[in-house]
Amino acid sequence: MMDIPFWSREIETAERSRIEQIQLERLRDTIGWALKTNLYRRRLTQVGIGSPDDVKSLADLRRIPFTTKDDLRVSFPKGHLAVGMTDVIRVHSSSGTTGIPTVIYYARQDLDNWTDLLARSIVATGATSSDIFQNMMTYGLFTGGLGLHYGAERVGLTVIPIGGGNTKRQIQVMKDFQTTVVHVTPSYLLHIHSKLGEEGIELKDLALRKAFIGAEPHSENTRRKLQDLMRIDAYNSYGLSELNGPGVAFECVCKKDMHVWEDAFIVEIIDPQTGEVLPDGQEGEVVLTNVVRRATPILRYRTRDLAFLHPQGCDCGRTHRRLSRILGRTDDMLIINGVNVFPSQIEEKIMKIPEVATNYQIHVDKKGALDRLTVKVEIYPKLFLGEVSKLEALKHRIVEELKASITISPGVELHEPGSLPVYEGKAKRVVDERPKD
Amino acid sequence: MAKQLTIFVENRAGRLKAISENLHKHRIDIRAFTIQDRGDYGLLRLIVDKPNDAYLALADVGCACALKDVLAVSVPDQPGNFHKLTSALAAEGINIRDAYGFVLQPHKTGICCMEIEPPQLAKAAQVARQVGFTVLEDEELYTL
Repeated sequence: MMDIPFWSREIETAERSRIEQIQLERLRDTIGWALKTNLYRRRLTQVGIGSPDDVKSLADLRRIPFTTKDDLRVSFPKGHLAVGMTDVIRVHSSSGTTGIPTVIYYARQDLDNWTDLLARSIVATGATSSDIFQNMMTYGLFTGGLGLHYGAERVGLTVIPIGGGNTKRQIQVMKDFQTTVVHVTPSYLLHIHSKLGEEGIELKDLALRKAFIGAEPHSENTRRKLQDLMRIDAYNSYGLSELNGPGVAFECVCKKDMHVWEDAFIVEIIDPQTGEVLPDGQEGEVVLTNVVRRATPILRYRTRDLAFLHPQGCDCGRTHRRLSRILGRTDDMLIINGVNVFPSQIEEKIMKIPEVATNYQIHVDKKGALDRLTVKVEIYPKLFLGEVSKLEALKHRIVEELKASITISPGVELHEPGSLPVYEGKAKRVVDERPKD
Repeated sequence: MAKQLTIFVENRAGRLKAISENLHKHRIDIRAFTIQDRGDYGLLRLIVDKPNDAYLALADVGCACALKDVLAVSVPDQPGNFHKLTSALAAEGINIRDAYGFVLQPHKTGICCMEIEPPQLAKAAQVARQVGFTVLEDEELYTL
């Protein structure tokens, strides 16, 4: 029997009834905070919830309407904020489906709770305070970097806050500090592996033994490939900025899908068409309610991620249910090297540029291990002046506009008017040629 | 001034053919052409006998094309003449943004087509004439 490490053994292995009791208490608190927000005050009173006491059991959660990303956009900037800015100590935001970002505010207690869930997640993988942790996720408004950073510090790992990108330096630092754990997207770790030779570094020069992989969907085969190539254990991680960021669900040493920390999140799987709640084992859209966040309470958030919950327990002894890997999306969101990109964001930017005609195509493929985004636009003939410098300036402008909006630099291709296929609807304008496995 | 037709062309098989086909259909005679390669696309520059007709023929089918004035200078095909021309323009601080040449009759006449910033174009023509070159106007160039 393997030795199972815990951060909070009591809560992680609590009886189902105990977990539900905690969920109900915390849901009531959360309703109290939600009633302070413009977003939820009317929604809740309309369904007869005017105070926390109106929630008698967990079943009452189903009376509450779902929250969508659009609701959070409409609430921008503070319609979903439950406390004064004096009590807010951190802001994170993610891209909206168009120009308006989704903003999440954290009070001190919220960050403390989030950090604790990450400490729990890290310990569940068997990492300890003697590990050297190189955090390769982007720091900043994106939650991936800072979330794991504070969790790892709390457990006592040695944190190297290197952030994303700069492969040469990542490899050098892995060697110099004898990094044992990395937090990374699967595609970037594969990319790093492909560059080891160029840097004259062999696996025996490194001390890596674990990777926390997240921010982009990947198959079990990709995980195996990563583990075999790097001779490590790779643990899947799940989270989204609307629900704190990473640390919603994490794999334990068993590596058989991710425990949702159910004392902090109420997870439901619904039929995305009807909204009906589905039983464990059935695939549907993941809906999450964070019951430990005060500044930005979010109830029944539709993640648009498709997955299922395992009905049975786990060999590790944890009672918190396990969520499958993400099997797909109910919307057209693209994940490019771990960054969420909506085609509508791209459309909004390029359609503002007069020299671009109305037709465009978003093309995604792989270059080596990494995703590559190319935006193909048709030039508008009436504004064509026959000058290379103007065309190159146009390309540059498109890159800059998109970089500011989606945070990644796309390739831009200029095409002749009328040469790209004509489609209705933005989804069909996306050509994704990344191999499915 | 002489007119040059510039056409935006994607860099893939068959695109030039589509343009040449259209020009041929409209009985356009090509006197000279050059292509500026930019990777995913290129600019095809043409000197043709009927620039306006060619422009309309292509614009009608949705091509991105533009007519612009260029400085077309007839240069005797002998050593040192191109240098003489560029020196005269340089002395006046005139920048040649882009240029290409073609020989009309070997050892007799060459033509140098130059893209010059519009504010400097008239001055450039004057300078070329001053040092003894012939600047070709529309008709002269196309009926060579």
